[in-house]
Amino acid sequence: MDLDVVGLSRLQFALTALYHFLFIPLTLGLSILVAIMETVYVMSGRTIWRQMTKFWGTLFGINFAIGVSTGLVMEFQFGMNWSYYSHYVGDVFGAPLALEGLMAFFLEATFVGMFFFGWDRLSKVAHLIVTWLVALGSNLSALWILIANGWMQNPVGASLNPQTMRMEVTDFYAVITNPVAQAKFVHTASAGYLVASMFVLGISAFYLLRGRHVEVARRSLTVAAAFGLAASLSVVVLGDESGYLSSEHQKMKLAAIEGMWHTEPAPASFTAFGFPDQAARTTHYAIHIPWVMGLIGTRSLTGEVPGIYELVALADLRIRQGIESYDALEQIRALKGRGPVPPELTAKFEEHSAQLGYALLLKRYVDDPRQATDAQIALAAGDTVPQVAPLFWSFRVMVGLGMYFILFMAVFFYLSAKRKLDAYPWLLKVAVWSIPLPWIAAEAGWIVAELGRQPWAVEGVLPTAVAVSNLGIQTVLTTLLGFVVLYTVLLVVEMKLMMKAIRTGPAPDHAASPGAASPLIGATPALRTAPMISTE
Amino acid sequence: MILHTLLDYDVLRFIWWILLGVLLVGFAVTDGFDLGTGILLPFAAKTDLERRVVINTIGPVWEGNQVWLILGGGAIFAAWPQLYAVSFSGFYLAMAAILLALILRPVGFKYRSKRDSTTWRTAWDWALFVGGFVPALVFGVAMGNVLQGVPFRLAPDMQIFYDGGFFGLLNPFGILAGMVSVAMLVMHGASWLALKTDGALAVRARRFGIVAAIATIALYAVAGLALWGFVDGYRVTSAIVTTGPSNPLFKTVAAHAGGAWFANYALHPWTMAAPLAGFAGAILALLGLLRRREGWTMIFSSVSIAGIVLSVGASMFPFILPSSIQPEASLTVWDASSSHMTLFIMLVGTCIFLPLILVYTSWVYKVLWGKVDADEISGGKSHAY
Repeated sequence: MDLDVVGLSRLQFALTALYHFLFIPLTLGLSILVAIMETVYVMSGRTIWRQMTKFWGTLFGINFAIGVSTGLVMEFQFGMNWSYYSHYVGDVFGAPLALEGLMAFFLEATFVGMFFFGWDRLSKVAHLIVTWLVALGSNLSALWILIANGWMQNPVGASLNPQTMRMEVTDFYAVITNPVAQAKFVHTASAGYLVASMFVLGISAFYLLRGRHVEVARRSLTVAAAFGLAASLSVVVLGDESGYLSSEHQKMKLAAIEGMWHTEPAPASFTAFGFPDQAARTTHYAIHIPWVMGLIGTRSLTGEVPGIYELVALADLRIRQGIESYDALEQIRALKGRGPVPPELTAKFEEHSAQLGYALLLKRYVDDPRQATDAQIALAAGDTVPQVAPLFWSFRVMVGLGMYFILFMAVFFYLSAKRKLDAYPWLLKVAVWSIPLPWIAAEAGWIVAELGRQPWAVEGVLPTAVAVSNLGIQTVLTTLLGFVVLYTVLLVVEMKLMMKAIRTGPAPDHAASPGAASPLIGATPALRTAPMISTE
Repeated sequence: MILHTLLDYDVLRFIWWILLGVLLVGFAVTDGFDLGTGILLPFAAKTDLERRVVINTIGPVWEGNQVWLILGGGAIFAAWPQLYAVSFSGFYLAMAAILLALILRPVGFKYRSKRDSTTWRTAWDWALFVGGFVPALVFGVAMGNVLQGVPFRLAPDMQIFYDGGFFGLLNPFGILAGMVSVAMLVMHGASWLALKTDGALAVRARRFGIVAAIATIALYAVAGLALWGFVDGYRVTSAIVTTGPSNPLFKTVAAHAGGAWFANYALHPWTMAAPLAGFAGAILALLGLLRRREGWTMIFSSVSIAGIVLSVGASMFPFILPSSIQPEASLTVWDASSSHMTLFIMLVGTCIFLPLILVYTSWVYKVLWGKVDADEISGGKSHAY
């Protein structure tokens, strides 16, 4: 990656997103775990579950605060650093973001305050509903942002309007039900649940090892192991590569992940190990496992997984078709909206309008794609191959860890069910040291998905190099440094506060007597009528 | 889907122009009081306990308030993509400054109380001050620059170029607008503190509020005169097409000296309600502070903010973001919106969820109604910050 404005803007977006994605998966999963614990409290009336809810809720709160801030940065950066992107696809991409705000952010952010400040002001059931609304809000927000992200990977339900020179929605239902988006949501949400499960499980194991807060730890561990087992199975089995065959560049991503340079007869083998060499377009010292890639990629034994060479040849063809469409587009735009567009021009534009984005790949080499030489077209076609080695390795790290998580969660589920947690202290130590692993897997997954999307900002529609804002290098460098420094400080502070909260442990539960609650509760009719389950 | 043709494109555009105002007012009124409270924190509150009281007045609600900004960003992206693209990339460093300042706030609220050290807490108090002051100032400065026209141009393929830097924003009228913004949000924050606290803290907050209300009235009047006397407005010189494609380059525009931004008030006298509300709200808030009618003060201060924000929109209509270096590229209500279908879908979403949001937000404020009690905080109950 060159350190020009495009490279720096990408670096800034990637770093802020990777930081953001440290906090978000924990928020996603921990909100649900906390809600489960509080549900047990409300149903059983046993105060230890309230103690657990409050303790994990405190850790949730420390994490949530930073997720909110880094999320705001993510949303603003599209306009700041990717202004042509924002113009070009805002008609489609903006809607899920706005709906995310309307449907999800307000819900979680409004009720998260009530979660912390409402213990003495709300009835038990009302507070439980508040907690579930926070969890619902975080998960809905993941749904909408992944619908937006899924559209970047597989841009359905939209077409280019020559008059406005941007993509416009033609079928919003298709945007929402995009198969890539759905696969992504299930996969990413499961990853978040796993991160949170491992977090709760590891910290509980730490308490058990030290013999502190044993009652809280044992119960927390049981909840986390059960939830984590389900999450680890879901995250591996419902991996988001299931959406990869739905579009051309997703196929390229799959081929790059595999370091598969040539199409193989179905079912393709999986390269378990090797050193991909992008320049020589080969993978050295490859160890193949037959059939597995075909299974991962196509979920069948007969589906063919195309190789990189074949896909580049296809890109070359698409670029040439795209140039024809670009030519027609320029002629239509030269009319400046005055007078009707000749139908044959519209027909010429529409014939290959799906390939228009490929013509824009040439903008890196020539201002007017129609002037491109064969050599430039070949260069642009070669650009459609993402960086193979980081994808290859990230994917293997992610999958390897995924297998480990299933085994790990299954073992702990078994041990906690059999009440044998104390029998194997070394396993508890493994649990403590495993806390960071799901984060590594999640970040690796993010790299596979987004680095694998390159050179496209929106696959087949808008190349990243065209999408960027026309900013100065120093301007971007300034903000990049600003964000990195501030985010690093935040991360350090967050970790210190987490450690401190963990060392302090769950606060002893001083059960508030119902009569001593705030007089405001009496003043709120809605709360009076809420069913009160007797305490203790 | 042909459902979206139920509403004409120009009607939808106009509705979304109104909704843009609603979102900006929603942000300025809700997040505004906690930005103002942040600015007042080191001055109105002297002791650590007082500062904790101040933080706890906004502690449970700032997250929800800030979502107005997030929603504003998302809705502008969805409904006015070009406005989003031009303003966010053009005001790049200003936006970055706002973001960095805003990041300090949640962290400050959450982390300040986690350690007893005075240095730690004082540092976060000033971080919270910056987190309130910088966005309040910069949003105002940005508004002041929008009124003057922003140096951006659009290439034929709609690539955006901005010929100006961060310091270009800090021109006299921009700074004046920034001062209006800071004054009105301090007035709003002081009204909030007067409502939610008592004792010496509330007395000090009221005093700051009185000064800020007077400053708001005076600065807003000066800004109005300056806008009349020194700032060129813009006029569309070609025939206005309200249902055409969203391409700003299809029209011609000329800059006009001598109060072009006041033409709408003569044309549609009812729009004078906005600036009048700006003044009347601030005057009544001032009276409310003097007479210790805290609830009314809060309402009037909100009215004043709404009036001031909406007056900017009313002055410029149909312009949203004029360009000073390529006037025909100026973004207007009629040529910078999303497509007909997206505007319709977003309107449906808004009609369903905005009322819901208002209902549950009001419920939260109702549950939290009442003064924040210093004893409760020092007793460590209710998960206080």
